Amino acid sequence: MSAGAAGAFGALVRRDLLLAWRRRGDRLVPLAFFVMVTALFPLGVSPERAVLATLAPGVVWVGAVLATLLGMDTLFRSDLEDGTLEQMLLSPLPAPVLVLAKVLAHWLVTGLPLVLAGPVLAGALHLPAQAQPVLVAGLLLGTPALSLVGAVGASLTVGLRRGGMLLPVLLLPLYVPVLTFGAGAVAAAAAGLPAAGHLYALGAILALAATLAPWAAAAGLRISVA
Amino acid sequence: MREGAAEGGRPRLEARGLACVRGGRVLFRGLGLAVGDGELLLVEGPNGAGKTTLLRVLCGLREPEAGEVRWEGLPLRRAGMAFRASVVYVGHAPGLKDDLTALENLAVAAALGGRVPAIEPREALERVGLGGRAHVRAGALSAGQRRRLGLARLLVRPAPLWVLDEPLSAVDRAGAGLVADLLRGHLDAGGLAVVTSHAPLGVPGERVRVLRLEGAA
Repeated sequence: MSAGAAGAFGALVRRDLLLAWRRRGDRLVPLAFFVMVTALFPLGVSPERAVLATLAPGVVWVGAVLATLLGMDTLFRSDLEDGTLEQMLLSPLPAPVLVLAKVLAHWLVTGLPLVLAGPVLAGALHLPAQAQPVLVAGLLLGTPALSLVGAVGASLTVGLRRGGMLLPVLLLPLYVPVLTFGAGAVAAAAAGLPAAGHLYALGAILALAATLAPWAAAAGLRISVA
Repeated sequence: MREGAAEGGRPRLEARGLACVRGGRVLFRGLGLAVGDGELLLVEGPNGAGKTTLLRVLCGLREPEAGEVRWEGLPLRRAGMAFRASVVYVGHAPGLKDDLTALENLAVAAALGGRVPAIEPREALERVGLGGRAHVRAGALSAGQRRRLGLARLLVRPAPLWVLDEPLSAVDRAGAGLVADLLRGHLDAGGLAVVTSHAPLGVPGERVRVLRLEGAA
Protein backbone atom coordinates (compact mmCIF):
# COMPACT_ATOMS: atom_id res chain seq x y z
CA MET A 1 0.00 0.00 0.00
CA SER A 2 1.39 3.40 -0.91
CA ALA A 3 1.79 6.14 1.69
CA GLY A 4 -1.16 7.99 0.17
CA ALA A 5 -3.43 4.97 0.38
CA ALA A 6 -2.36 4.27 3.96
CA GLY A 7 -3.03 7.90 4.87
CA ALA A 8 -6.47 7.85 3.28
CA PHE A 9 -7.25 4.49 4.91
CA GLY A 10 -6.40 5.94 8.31
CA ALA A 11 -8.29 9.17 7.62
CA LEU A 12 -11.45 7.27 6.62
CA VAL A 13 -11.33 4.95 9.65
CA ARG A 14 -10.84 7.96 11.93
CA ARG A 15 -13.62 9.84 10.19
CA ASP A 16 -16.15 7.04 10.56
CA LEU A 17 -15.20 6.42 14.19
CA LEU A 18 -15.55 10.13 14.90
CA LEU A 19 -18.95 10.19 13.19
CA ALA A 20 -20.03 7.14 15.18
CA TRP A 21 -18.90 8.85 18.38
CA ARG A 22 -20.85 12.00 17.57
CA ARG A 23 -23.94 9.86 16.94
CA ARG A 24 -23.20 7.32 19.63
CA GLY A 25 -26.85 6.84 20.55
CA ASP A 26 -27.63 5.41 17.08
CA ARG A 27 -24.69 3.05 17.16
CA LEU A 28 -25.83 1.37 20.38
CA VAL A 29 -29.01 0.10 18.76
CA PRO A 30 -27.52 -3.16 17.35
CA LEU A 31 -26.03 -3.98 20.74
CA ALA A 32 -29.32 -3.30 22.53
CA PHE A 33 -31.07 -5.44 19.91
CA PHE A 34 -28.59 -8.26 20.52
CA VAL A 35 -29.27 -8.18 24.26
CA MET A 36 -33.02 -8.11 23.79
CA VAL A 37 -33.18 -10.93 21.25
CA THR A 38 -31.23 -13.25 23.52
CA ALA A 39 -33.37 -12.21 26.49
CA LEU A 40 -36.51 -13.31 24.62
CA PHE A 41 -35.56 -16.98 24.71
CA PRO A 42 -35.75 -17.57 28.47
CA LEU A 43 -39.09 -15.73 28.37
CA GLY A 44 -40.49 -17.43 25.30
CA VAL A 45 -39.07 -20.96 25.44
CA SER A 46 -38.16 -21.95 28.95
CA PRO A 47 -36.24 -20.49 31.85
CA GLU A 48 -34.92 -23.95 32.71
CA ARG A 49 -31.18 -24.15 33.06
CA ALA A 50 -30.64 -27.32 30.99
CA VAL A 51 -32.81 -26.09 28.12
CA LEU A 52 -31.11 -22.70 27.97
CA ALA A 53 -27.63 -24.24 28.09
CA THR A 54 -28.50 -26.33 25.01
CA LEU A 55 -29.96 -23.34 23.19
CA ALA A 56 -27.25 -20.86 24.17
CA PRO A 57 -24.76 -21.38 21.27
CA GLY A 58 -27.45 -21.00 18.62
CA VAL A 59 -29.27 -18.18 20.37
CA VAL A 60 -26.16 -16.05 20.85
CA TRP A 61 -25.03 -16.59 17.28
CA VAL A 62 -28.45 -15.92 15.76
CA GLY A 63 -28.64 -12.78 17.88
CA ALA A 64 -25.22 -11.64 16.65
CA VAL A 65 -26.16 -12.28 13.00
CA LEU A 66 -29.44 -10.39 13.31
CA ALA A 67 -27.79 -7.50 15.16
CA THR A 68 -25.16 -7.23 12.40
CA LEU A 69 -27.91 -7.17 9.77
CA LEU A 70 -29.69 -4.39 11.59
CA GLY A 71 -26.87 -1.90 11.11
CA MET A 72 -25.72 -3.04 7.68
CA ASP A 73 -27.95 -0.80 5.60
CA THR A 74 -26.44 2.33 7.16
CA LEU A 75 -22.91 1.42 6.04
CA PHE A 76 -22.99 3.38 2.78
CA ARG A 77 -26.40 5.08 2.84
CA SER A 78 -25.48 8.39 4.44
CA ASP A 79 -22.32 8.54 2.30
CA LEU A 80 -24.45 8.17 -0.81
CA GLU A 81 -26.92 10.81 0.33
CA ASP A 82 -24.39 13.49 1.20
CA GLY A 83 -22.16 12.88 -1.82
CA THR A 84 -19.09 11.70 0.10
CA LEU A 85 -19.45 8.30 -1.56
CA GLU A 86 -18.93 9.71 -5.05
CA GLN A 87 -15.96 11.67 -3.74
CA MET A 88 -14.58 8.42 -2.37
CA LEU A 89 -14.97 6.70 -5.74
CA LEU A 90 -13.35 9.66 -7.51
CA SER A 91 -10.30 9.40 -5.28
CA PRO A 92 -7.16 8.27 -7.12
CA LEU A 93 -6.69 5.66 -4.41
CA PRO A 94 -7.93 2.12 -4.96
CA ALA A 95 -11.62 1.94 -4.03
CA PRO A 96 -11.29 -1.53 -2.39
CA VAL A 97 -8.85 -0.06 0.14
CA LEU A 98 -11.32 2.69 0.98
CA VAL A 99 -14.15 0.16 1.26
CA LEU A 100 -12.02 -1.91 3.62
CA ALA A 101 -11.49 1.19 5.78
CA LYS A 102 -15.23 1.71 6.02
CA VAL A 103 -15.84 -1.95 6.88
CA LEU A 104 -13.14 -1.89 9.55
CA ALA A 105 -14.66 1.20 11.19
CA HIS A 106 -18.11 -0.38 10.96
CA TRP A 107 -16.89 -3.58 12.60
CA LEU A 108 -15.13 -1.69 15.39
CA VAL A 109 -18.36 0.15 16.13
CA THR A 110 -20.94 -2.64 15.73
CA GLY A 111 -19.08 -5.96 15.58
CA LEU A 112 -16.63 -5.58 18.43
CA PRO A 113 -19.33 -4.73 21.01
CA LEU A 114 -21.11 -7.95 19.98
CA VAL A 115 -17.90 -9.92 20.57
CA LEU A 116 -17.61 -8.39 24.02
CA ALA A 117 -21.27 -8.82 24.91
CA GLY A 118 -21.47 -12.39 23.57
CA PRO A 119 -19.86 -14.18 26.53
CA VAL A 120 -21.90 -12.16 29.04
CA LEU A 121 -25.16 -13.12 27.37
CA ALA A 122 -24.04 -16.72 26.90
CA GLY A 123 -23.18 -16.85 30.60
CA ALA A 124 -26.65 -15.61 31.43
CA LEU A 125 -28.02 -18.50 29.34
CA HIS A 126 -25.91 -20.93 31.40
CA LEU A 127 -23.44 -21.83 28.67
CA PRO A 128 -20.75 -24.03 30.26
CA ALA A 129 -17.65 -22.02 31.09
CA GLN A 130 -15.35 -24.23 29.02
CA ALA A 131 -17.18 -23.15 25.84
CA GLN A 132 -16.73 -19.42 26.47
CA PRO A 133 -13.23 -19.05 24.90
CA VAL A 134 -14.47 -20.82 21.78
CA LEU A 135 -17.47 -18.49 21.61
CA VAL A 136 -15.22 -15.42 21.80
CA ALA A 137 -12.78 -16.83 19.22
CA GLY A 138 -15.67 -17.71 16.91
CA LEU A 139 -17.23 -14.25 17.23
CA LEU A 140 -13.85 -12.61 16.63
CA LEU A 141 -13.46 -14.53 13.37
CA GLY A 142 -17.11 -14.53 12.38
CA THR A 143 -18.33 -10.98 12.94
CA PRO A 144 -15.73 -9.35 10.64
CA ALA A 145 -16.75 -11.85 7.96
CA LEU A 146 -20.39 -10.83 8.50
CA SER A 147 -19.42 -7.16 8.10
CA LEU A 148 -17.42 -7.86 4.94
CA VAL A 149 -20.13 -9.94 3.28
CA GLY A 150 -22.70 -7.41 4.43
CA ALA A 151 -20.74 -4.63 2.73
CA VAL A 152 -21.18 -6.38 -0.62
CA GLY A 153 -24.92 -6.57 -0.12
CA ALA A 154 -25.11 -3.00 1.17
CA SER A 155 -23.13 -1.74 -1.83
CA LEU A 156 -25.72 -3.22 -4.17
CA THR A 157 -28.84 -2.06 -2.33
CA VAL A 158 -27.68 1.40 -1.31
CA GLY A 159 -28.89 2.87 -4.59
CA LEU A 160 -32.40 1.49 -4.07
CA ARG A 161 -34.87 3.56 -2.14
CA ARG A 162 -36.20 0.53 -0.27
CA GLY A 163 -32.85 -1.21 -0.13
CA GLY A 164 -33.15 -1.52 3.62
CA MET A 165 -36.02 -3.98 3.19
CA LEU A 166 -34.23 -6.07 0.59
CA LEU A 167 -30.88 -6.30 2.31
CA PRO A 168 -31.73 -8.83 5.08
CA VAL A 169 -33.33 -11.18 2.55
CA LEU A 170 -30.25 -10.90 0.37
CA LEU A 171 -27.75 -11.38 3.18
CA LEU A 172 -29.30 -14.00 5.46
CA PRO A 173 -28.59 -16.95 3.13
CA LEU A 174 -24.99 -15.76 2.82
CA TYR A 175 -24.68 -15.60 6.60
CA VAL A 176 -25.67 -19.26 7.02
CA PRO A 177 -22.14 -20.72 6.80
CA VAL A 178 -20.80 -18.32 9.43
CA LEU A 179 -23.77 -19.10 11.65
CA THR A 180 -23.46 -22.88 11.36
CA PHE A 181 -19.71 -22.99 11.96
CA GLY A 182 -19.90 -20.37 14.72
CA ALA A 183 -22.74 -22.01 16.63
CA GLY A 184 -21.33 -25.46 15.84
CA ALA A 185 -17.99 -24.57 17.42
CA VAL A 186 -19.65 -23.43 20.65
CA ALA A 187 -21.93 -26.47 20.79
CA ALA A 188 -18.97 -28.78 20.26
CA ALA A 189 -16.97 -27.07 23.00
CA ALA A 190 -19.94 -27.19 25.37
CA ALA A 191 -20.20 -30.95 24.77
CA GLY A 192 -16.49 -31.33 25.52
CA LEU A 193 -15.56 -32.02 21.88
CA PRO A 194 -12.75 -30.31 19.95
CA ALA A 195 -13.91 -27.14 18.18
CA ALA A 196 -10.77 -26.34 16.21
CA GLY A 197 -12.21 -27.58 12.91
CA HIS A 198 -15.14 -25.19 13.10
CA LEU A 199 -12.84 -22.30 13.98
CA TYR A 200 -10.55 -23.10 11.07
CA ALA A 201 -13.55 -23.01 8.76
CA LEU A 202 -14.54 -19.62 10.18
CA GLY A 203 -10.98 -18.41 9.64
CA ALA A 204 -11.10 -19.58 6.05
CA ILE A 205 -14.39 -17.78 5.49
CA LEU A 206 -12.92 -14.61 6.96
CA ALA A 207 -9.81 -14.86 4.77
CA LEU A 208 -11.95 -15.38 1.69
CA ALA A 209 -14.29 -12.51 2.59
CA ALA A 210 -11.40 -10.16 3.35
CA THR A 211 -9.78 -10.81 -0.03
CA LEU A 212 -12.88 -10.76 -2.22
CA ALA A 213 -15.50 -8.60 -0.52
CA PRO A 214 -13.70 -5.21 -0.82
CA TRP A 215 -13.41 -5.64 -4.58
CA ALA A 216 -16.98 -6.82 -4.97
CA ALA A 217 -18.30 -4.01 -2.77
CA ALA A 218 -16.28 -1.41 -4.69
CA ALA A 219 -17.78 -2.69 -7.94
CA GLY A 220 -21.25 -2.64 -6.38
CA LEU A 221 -20.79 0.96 -5.28
CA ARG A 222 -19.76 2.04 -8.77
CA ILE A 223 -23.02 0.60 -10.06
CA SER A 224 -25.01 2.22 -7.27
CA VAL A 225 -23.72 5.77 -7.78
CA ALA A 226 -24.15 5.67 -11.57
CA MET B 1 1.40 26.02 -28.63
CA ARG B 2 0.09 25.90 -25.12
CA GLU B 3 2.21 24.10 -22.62
CA GLY B 4 0.99 20.80 -21.24
CA ALA B 5 -1.14 19.95 -24.24
CA ALA B 6 -1.21 16.29 -25.16
CA GLU B 7 1.04 15.08 -27.93
CA GLY B 8 0.12 16.37 -31.35
CA GLY B 9 -1.73 19.27 -29.71
CA ARG B 10 -4.81 17.17 -29.07
CA PRO B 11 -7.20 18.43 -26.44
CA ARG B 12 -6.69 16.64 -23.14
CA LEU B 13 -10.34 15.90 -22.57
CA GLU B 14 -12.28 14.49 -25.50
CA ALA B 15 -15.56 12.72 -25.93
CA ARG B 16 -17.03 11.15 -29.03
CA GLY B 17 -20.45 9.77 -29.86
CA LEU B 18 -21.76 10.03 -26.30
CA ALA B 19 -25.29 8.86 -25.67
CA CYS B 20 -27.10 8.75 -22.36
CA VAL B 21 -30.49 7.35 -21.49
CA ARG B 22 -32.32 8.06 -18.28
CA GLY B 23 -35.68 6.65 -17.35
CA GLY B 24 -36.16 5.29 -20.88
CA ARG B 25 -35.60 8.74 -22.37
CA VAL B 26 -32.63 9.62 -24.57
CA LEU B 27 -30.97 12.66 -23.01
CA PHE B 28 -28.47 13.12 -25.81
CA ARG B 29 -26.82 11.05 -28.50
CA GLY B 30 -23.89 11.47 -30.84
CA LEU B 31 -22.46 14.11 -28.55
CA GLY B 32 -18.84 15.06 -29.08
CA LEU B 33 -16.73 17.59 -27.24
CA ALA B 34 -13.13 18.58 -26.71
CA VAL B 35 -11.58 20.73 -24.01
CA GLY B 36 -7.99 21.91 -24.24
CA ASP B 37 -5.66 23.45 -21.70
CA GLY B 38 -6.84 26.77 -20.35
CA GLU B 39 -10.34 26.25 -21.70
CA LEU B 40 -13.67 26.22 -19.96
CA LEU B 41 -16.56 24.27 -21.40
CA LEU B 42 -19.85 25.77 -20.31
CA VAL B 43 -22.65 23.23 -20.56
CA GLU B 44 -26.00 24.95 -21.04
CA GLY B 45 -29.51 23.73 -21.43
CA PRO B 46 -32.94 23.62 -19.83
CA ASN B 47 -33.64 21.60 -16.69
CA GLY B 48 -33.68 17.90 -17.45
CA ALA B 49 -31.53 18.27 -20.57
CA GLY B 50 -28.89 16.01 -19.06
CA LYS B 51 -26.27 18.52 -17.93
CA THR B 52 -25.55 16.78 -14.64
CA THR B 53 -25.58 13.39 -16.34
CA LEU B 54 -23.03 14.61 -18.87
CA LEU B 55 -20.81 15.95 -16.10
CA ARG B 56 -20.97 12.63 -14.25
CA VAL B 57 -20.05 10.82 -17.45
CA LEU B 58 -17.11 13.14 -18.00
CA CYS B 59 -15.69 12.50 -14.56
CA GLY B 60 -16.21 8.76 -14.85
CA LEU B 61 -18.96 8.33 -12.25
CA ARG B 62 -21.34 7.04 -14.89
CA GLU B 63 -20.85 4.96 -18.00
CA PRO B 64 -22.41 6.39 -21.15
CA GLU B 65 -24.78 4.15 -23.09
CA ALA B 66 -22.61 4.71 -26.16
CA GLY B 67 -19.42 6.51 -27.05
CA GLU B 68 -16.36 7.13 -24.96
CA VAL B 69 -14.52 9.79 -23.03
CA ARG B 70 -10.78 10.11 -23.40
CA TRP B 71 -8.33 11.80 -21.06
CA GLU B 72 -4.93 12.52 -22.60
CA GLY B 73 -5.80 10.12 -25.38
CA LEU B 74 -6.75 7.19 -23.16
CA PRO B 75 -10.30 5.96 -22.51
CA LEU B 76 -11.29 6.80 -18.92
CA ARG B 77 -11.48 3.18 -17.88
CA ARG B 78 -7.89 2.60 -18.95
CA ALA B 79 -6.63 5.92 -17.65
CA GLY B 80 -8.03 4.78 -14.27
CA MET B 81 -6.16 6.17 -11.30
CA ALA B 82 -4.15 8.63 -13.41
CA PHE B 83 -7.43 10.19 -14.51
CA ARG B 84 -8.98 10.19 -11.05
CA ALA B 85 -5.88 11.96 -9.75
CA SER B 86 -6.49 14.64 -12.40
CA VAL B 87 -10.12 15.47 -11.73
CA VAL B 88 -12.00 17.22 -8.96
CA TYR B 89 -15.79 17.08 -9.08
CA VAL B 90 -18.02 19.42 -7.13
CA GLY B 91 -21.53 18.19 -7.70
CA HIS B 92 -25.03 18.85 -6.44
CA ALA B 93 -24.39 16.83 -3.31
CA PRO B 94 -21.90 18.83 -1.28
CA GLY B 95 -19.78 15.81 -0.30
CA LEU B 96 -19.74 16.96 3.31
CA LYS B 97 -20.42 15.16 6.57
CA ASP B 98 -22.82 17.27 8.62
CA ASP B 99 -21.41 15.96 11.89
CA LEU B 100 -17.83 16.91 11.06
CA THR B 101 -16.45 20.43 11.33
CA ALA B 102 -15.47 22.38 8.23
CA LEU B 103 -11.82 21.67 8.90
CA GLU B 104 -12.35 17.94 9.52
CA ASN B 105 -14.33 17.65 6.29
CA LEU B 106 -11.60 19.31 4.31
CA ALA B 107 -8.86 17.22 5.93
CA VAL B 108 -10.62 14.01 4.85
CA ALA B 109 -11.04 15.38 1.33
CA ALA B 110 -7.33 16.18 1.24
CA ALA B 111 -6.42 12.68 2.47
CA LEU B 112 -8.60 11.13 -0.25
CA GLY B 113 -6.53 13.06 -2.77
CA GLY B 114 -3.72 10.68 -1.92
CA ARG B 115 -1.04 13.35 -2.10
CA VAL B 116 0.24 16.10 0.10
CA PRO B 117 -2.37 18.84 -0.20
CA ALA B 118 -1.45 21.86 -2.33
CA ILE B 119 -2.21 24.16 0.56
CA GLU B 120 -3.12 23.41 4.16
CA PRO B 121 -6.85 22.83 4.72
CA ARG B 122 -6.92 25.74 7.17
CA GLU B 123 -5.45 28.08 4.59
CA ALA B 124 -7.98 26.87 2.01
CA LEU B 125 -10.75 27.76 4.46
CA GLU B 126 -9.33 31.27 4.74
CA ARG B 127 -9.28 31.58 0.97
CA VAL B 128 -12.94 30.66 0.60
CA GLY B 129 -13.92 33.00 3.43
CA LEU B 130 -14.61 30.37 6.08
CA GLY B 131 -11.55 31.08 8.23
CA GLY B 132 -13.71 31.85 11.25
CA ARG B 133 -15.89 28.79 10.75
CA ALA B 134 -13.18 26.11 10.84
CA HIS B 135 -14.57 24.41 13.95
CA VAL B 136 -18.25 24.74 13.14
CA ARG B 137 -19.99 21.54 12.09
CA ALA B 138 -20.88 21.50 8.42
CA GLY B 139 -24.51 20.84 9.31
CA ALA B 140 -24.65 24.21 11.08
CA LEU B 141 -23.31 26.16 8.08
CA SER B 142 -25.64 28.00 5.69
CA ALA B 143 -26.24 26.65 2.19
CA GLY B 144 -23.88 29.23 0.73
CA GLN B 145 -21.18 28.45 3.26
CA ARG B 146 -21.52 24.73 2.54
CA ARG B 147 -21.10 25.53 -1.13
CA ARG B 148 -17.90 27.43 -0.34
CA LEU B 149 -16.65 24.55 1.75
CA GLY B 150 -17.26 22.21 -1.17
CA LEU B 151 -15.32 24.56 -3.43
CA ALA B 152 -12.42 24.59 -0.97
CA ARG B 153 -11.75 21.03 -2.17
CA LEU B 154 -10.54 22.58 -5.42
CA LEU B 155 -7.76 24.25 -3.46
CA VAL B 156 -6.53 21.34 -1.35
CA ARG B 157 -6.57 18.86 -4.21
CA PRO B 158 -4.60 20.23 -7.12
CA ALA B 159 -5.97 18.76 -10.35
CA PRO B 160 -5.93 19.91 -13.97
CA LEU B 161 -9.60 19.14 -14.62
CA TRP B 162 -12.39 20.76 -12.64
CA VAL B 163 -15.92 19.52 -13.14
CA LEU B 164 -18.35 21.87 -11.43
CA ASP B 165 -22.11 21.43 -11.32
CA GLU B 166 -23.82 24.77 -10.68
CA PRO B 167 -21.02 26.24 -8.57
CA LEU B 168 -22.97 29.49 -8.21
CA SER B 169 -26.10 28.00 -6.68
CA ALA B 170 -26.74 29.37 -3.18
CA VAL B 171 -23.65 31.58 -3.07
CA ASP B 172 -23.90 35.35 -2.55
CA ARG B 173 -22.27 37.99 -4.73
CA ALA B 174 -18.94 37.69 -2.92
CA GLY B 175 -19.16 33.91 -3.38
CA ALA B 176 -19.71 34.37 -7.11
CA GLY B 177 -16.63 36.58 -7.18
CA LEU B 178 -14.70 33.85 -5.41
CA VAL B 179 -15.79 31.26 -7.99
CA ALA B 180 -14.75 33.62 -10.80
CA ASP B 181 -11.35 34.17 -9.16
CA LEU B 182 -10.79 30.46 -8.67
CA LEU B 183 -11.76 29.67 -12.25
CA ARG B 184 -9.64 32.45 -13.75
CA GLY B 185 -6.60 31.38 -11.75
CA HIS B 186 -7.13 27.75 -12.75
CA LEU B 187 -7.51 28.53 -16.46
CA ASP B 188 -4.55 30.91 -16.46
CA ALA B 189 -2.43 28.10 -15.02
CA GLY B 190 -3.45 25.90 -17.97
CA GLY B 191 -6.23 24.04 -16.20
CA LEU B 192 -9.41 22.74 -17.78
CA ALA B 193 -12.94 23.15 -16.51
CA VAL B 194 -16.34 21.80 -17.41
CA VAL B 195 -19.06 23.80 -15.73
CA THR B 196 -22.82 24.10 -15.71
CA SER B 197 -24.26 27.39 -14.59
CA HIS B 198 -27.38 29.45 -14.98
CA ALA B 199 -25.59 32.63 -13.94
CA PRO B 200 -22.64 34.36 -15.64
CA LEU B 201 -19.35 32.89 -14.43
CA GLY B 202 -17.21 35.99 -14.81
CA VAL B 203 -14.59 34.28 -16.93
CA PRO B 204 -13.11 36.01 -20.03
CA GLY B 205 -15.19 35.07 -23.06
CA GLU B 206 -12.28 33.91 -25.22
CA ARG B 207 -11.60 31.10 -22.77
CA VAL B 208 -15.16 29.84 -22.76
CA ARG B 209 -16.71 27.37 -25.16
CA VAL B 210 -20.39 26.71 -24.95
CA LEU B 211 -22.08 23.36 -25.38
CA ARG B 212 -25.83 23.55 -25.58
CA LEU B 213 -27.93 20.53 -24.69
CA GLU B 214 -31.40 20.94 -26.12
CA GLY B 215 -33.05 18.17 -24.18
CA ALA B 216 -34.35 15.81 -26.87
CA ALA B 217 -38.07 15.34 -26.37
